[in-house]
Amino acid sequence: MALSRNWMYENNGGTCVAIAGSDYCVIAADTRLSVGYSIYTRDYSKICKLADKCVMASSGFQGDLKALQKNLAAKHLIYQHQHSKQMSCPAMAQLLSNTLYYKRFFPYYTFNILGGLDSDGKGCVYTYDAVGSYERVGYSAQGSGAGLIIPVLDNQLKSPSPLLLPAKDAVTPLSEVEAVDLVKDVFASATERDIYTGDKVEIVVINASGIRQELMELRKD
Amino acid sequence: MFRNQYDTDVTTWSPAGRLFQVEYAMEAVKQGAAAVGLRSTSHVVLATVNKAASDLSSHQRKVFKIDDHIGVAIAGLTADGRVLSRYLRNECINHAFVYESPLPVSRLVVRLADKAQVCTQRSWKRPFGVGLLVAGLDETGAHLYYNCPSGNYFEYQAFAIGSRSQAAKTFLERRFESFNSYSRDELIKDALFAIKETLQGEKLTSSICTVAIVGSGEPFHMIDQKTLQEMIDAMEIKEDSAADEAPMQDEDKSTEAAPMDI
Repeated sequence: MALSRNWMYENNGGTCVAIAGSDYCVIAADTRLSVGYSIYTRDYSKICKLADKCVMASSGFQGDLKALQKNLAAKHLIYQHQHSKQMSCPAMAQLLSNTLYYKRFFPYYTFNILGGLDSDGKGCVYTYDAVGSYERVGYSAQGSGAGLIIPVLDNQLKSPSPLLLPAKDAVTPLSEVEAVDLVKDVFASATERDIYTGDKVEIVVINASGIRQELMELRKD
Repeated sequence: MFRNQYDTDVTTWSPAGRLFQVEYAMEAVKQGAAAVGLRSTSHVVLATVNKAASDLSSHQRKVFKIDDHIGVAIAGLTADGRVLSRYLRNECINHAFVYESPLPVSRLVVRLADKAQVCTQRSWKRPFGVGLLVAGLDETGAHLYYNCPSGNYFEYQAFAIGSRSQAAKTFLERRFESFNSYSRDELIKDALFAIKETLQGEKLTSSICTVAIVGSGEPFHMIDQKTLQEMIDAMEIKEDSAADEAPMQDEDKSTEAAPMDI
């Protein structure tokens, strides 16, 4: 890893956010793909639907993200063949953790957030590091703009703080519409100061009636 | 086929140039419950008779989805069929992972046939005791293949395997020339008729048969019991009011009359 002659990773930038509500989950990611000070494309989706009620968003190295998504999709297909049903979000969360740790000594350079509905229909968000350490939380942000976004979410979501012990269920009391508006606001703010965040934000909302997607324009500079 | 001194080992040839163990494996297929397959230019239908071991037990699963575009129906040792289905599913997943496209049916059946052949040439193995009707749709169109325990495979317009399959084959031989122009519903109806032939008098109900279909715009899936029973009932009404050799047009009208929520 120290030898930079064969540096195998690249940081494509970008930011992801997810918020869990009492009966919905919002997952959002910007669509800019950059390398260094250049933009490769303004229209790249970092969000992937893994199962009926389970969506993953990741920032980091998009090459590794593509490989990780394919890996999980194949494992999900095997699960469906064996169990005749879709994987639940908590099950997928554990699978993702195991898949990441499997490459502990040559990691996937991806910072993932998994969002969906658990078996009770409540929103759930799982946040990961690059090698699979994960935790269920009420909200999370990853990527280049995360540092600008997390403090705002801490303040605005009115959830019990995830830093308290014992760990309290940090699902936000906000409604779905309020949560989506908040996501749009935080992305607009992060875009102002983070050069790697911008162009468009893709917002995916999962609730009992299914999955819907919307796109919002952001500043292009 | 009678016991002789050349049939103990799959690696022993008989003086007449036969491998008896392989032929005995094909016998196992003939003992299994019937399965039929029919193909048109755009759809392939598989239908099987589900024999339960007793009234207390559940039916054996004889139709397996392999991928969105491929499914199989088996006859013979269902345990062997289950294991082979797992292999086929893995092959499809691995191909799609590398090439981001569905595995062509012809390639899948070759791999299956090669796997079967291995078991006919190793002294520590036995041939698979299951015949598979592989139904699939790919770029080159709709396909129906039959894979034997011997490692041979053939493509068919329509075929039947398992016990009393000869009755179904006779029925299909009379009709197969028009299958290519059949609509999806006509294909299912004829599959049900073929299955009926193998039952030889026993009543056809949706609880003793399974029907699955794959076609353009339609991923492989099994038809649910309710819809199936409606089709069977419509079939029977038609049968009572007209002779068996009714022309195609009459059957079409009856199809439209019966309510079908497909």
